[in-house]
Amino acid sequence: MKKAVLSVIEGMQGSLDISLSGDWLLGVELPGPDPVLDRLRKSPKPTSLAFDSQMLGDWDTGLVKTLIAINVSAGANGVEVDDAGLPAGARQLVALAFAVEEREGARRIFKQKKFLESVGDSVMAALVAGRELLTFVGELVLSVKRFMRGTATYQRSDVIQYIQEAGAEAFPIVSLICFLIGMIFAFVGLIQLQLFGAGIYTADLVAVAMVREMSAIMTGIIMAGRTGAAYAAQIGTMKVNEEVDALTTLGINPIDYLVTPRVFALIVMMPLLTLYGSLMGIIGGAVVGLSMLDATVLQYATQTVNAVHLNSLFGGLFKSVVYGILVALAGCQQGMTCGDSALAVGQSTTKAVVMGIVLIVLSASILTVIYVNLGI
Amino acid sequence: MADARPHIIAKDLTMAYGDFLIQKDLNFTINRGDVFIIMGGSGCGKSTLLKIMIGLKTPATGEVFYDGEPFWASSLSDREATKRKFGTLFQSGALWSSMTLAENISLALQQYTELGDAEIREVAAYKLMLVGLAGFEDYYPSEISGGMKKRAGLARAMALDPEILFFDEPSAGLDPISAKLLDDLILELRESLGTTVVIVTHELASIFAIGNNSVFLDTVTKTQLATGNPRELRDHHPNFEVRNFLQRGEAEDKAA
Repeated sequence: MKKAVLSVIEGMQGSLDISLSGDWLLGVELPGPDPVLDRLRKSPKPTSLAFDSQMLGDWDTGLVKTLIAINVSAGANGVEVDDAGLPAGARQLVALAFAVEEREGARRIFKQKKFLESVGDSVMAALVAGRELLTFVGELVLSVKRFMRGTATYQRSDVIQYIQEAGAEAFPIVSLICFLIGMIFAFVGLIQLQLFGAGIYTADLVAVAMVREMSAIMTGIIMAGRTGAAYAAQIGTMKVNEEVDALTTLGINPIDYLVTPRVFALIVMMPLLTLYGSLMGIIGGAVVGLSMLDATVLQYATQTVNAVHLNSLFGGLFKSVVYGILVALAGCQQGMTCGDSALAVGQSTTKAVVMGIVLIVLSASILTVIYVNLGI
Repeated sequence: MADARPHIIAKDLTMAYGDFLIQKDLNFTINRGDVFIIMGGSGCGKSTLLKIMIGLKTPATGEVFYDGEPFWASSLSDREATKRKFGTLFQSGALWSSMTLAENISLALQQYTELGDAEIREVAAYKLMLVGLAGFEDYYPSEISGGMKKRAGLARAMALDPEILFFDEPSAGLDPISAKLLDDLILELRESLGTTVVIVTHELASIFAIGNNSVFLDTVTKTQLATGNPRELRDHHPNFEVRNFLQRGEAEDKAA
């Protein structure tokens, strides 16, 4: 392969001859257009530019991009370019590149944002996101009203499918997590309680913790990662494919059709899963308790039954309903406000999970304070 | 450049999805610099044939030869090397939505060349100029129109100066004028770069405007009915189906 050379020769009558030789291929060392560009900036300007490519070997994009740089500079300096000396293909490519003029104002100019500006921008963005969430809640409430009146359009088979996905199919993971959480509670509690001979109260600890708080929270977080993310991804993808728009044009409210049935499915399934999770947690605790304590199964069971009040149970189930609403809300809202690319679907899904978990933890704290004050 | 050997040869290709036969006994030759059209009715397996040619789907039997070298019988690394000579424009552009147009074009350059960032950016800008998208480097695919996406897809397909360009329905979803401009662009690029072009289409206007070689796939007999210059096939081919397709269903049945 011959080395690519670009030489500039001052021609007669103030013209400028550019001689190209060697192989001009992308990826090999190419001489830049700088000598030509420098010459074009200097006065007196050449009257015209001409090329000589008799010694030119193979060429590809490497040559054409250099020619384009020269052409742009020549245009800016008002120098005429005579491209007759170029190979036909390269001449056509250069002509093609300049065939469509750059659209006015199309190019993006990036400027560095000032610190305060970016702080302001993110505050405004947060406000907008907050308003979007409120709007969404409002629309959901209106949709529930339509469901109660029986004027909403939805598919009953969809609701059943959502219930199956959010309920029955979540059984294995809820079992595993709650069982292990129960075991961990029993372990930690038992070692501390045995220090002053109150080992049997491990049963109380595990039962109360699971029923009042932990089962609902763990199920909620599992649902945020499992079902909330799925909702955001499903609705988000439908949004990208304009399926949501297709529903709207048919006169079907996408909230009624897509969102409310999903929220309903979680409201129904969350308490059931939580109840089941509590049971699994208590069993997990019992496995540890019975193997480390000198207690019979009957003793442990009686201790457990006496520890759990109906108030605690209903308190826990109420929390689970709240978490279910929040998780479904976060998932569906993020799906409905999803952008229109694969990337945006990913971002919405991430946000749905994060938002779901944050909302669960926030509401858990608030509800616990309320419960304590009400004496539940 | 002037290589008399055929560029691509398909030999006894049979394609199937599992037990479901799509097409059998496909034999055709594509010369260097041809604009080769793969045509046929909807669902006859045009796109599947393209997928086999670019290495996305394995043929049931048969072989595709590039420059005389078998494609599917060669080792994985040889096949990868052959694929690097291809540029493909997918039906709806298939631009990566998380990347700007410039980044879409740059990916192949970053992977397969030693160029620096500034140079890659320069090449990307030039490729976009070629397809009439000067100044759109920093746009995301979701911010431009369907026709622009197609052209940006073409710019990406040409990133590595491919020897063969594959197009899947380039004019689908474009208005007649944009479709015509895209056809012109394909022709101009072929003329100036000497690229071999393979196009899947059933757009008659494009077929006659740019094609100089073709294969006609039939849905009923599940094999090719004709190969050759589409204009000659339209006027002189003995088979009624072929003429009828190329004359928009208005051919006279000579046998009848």
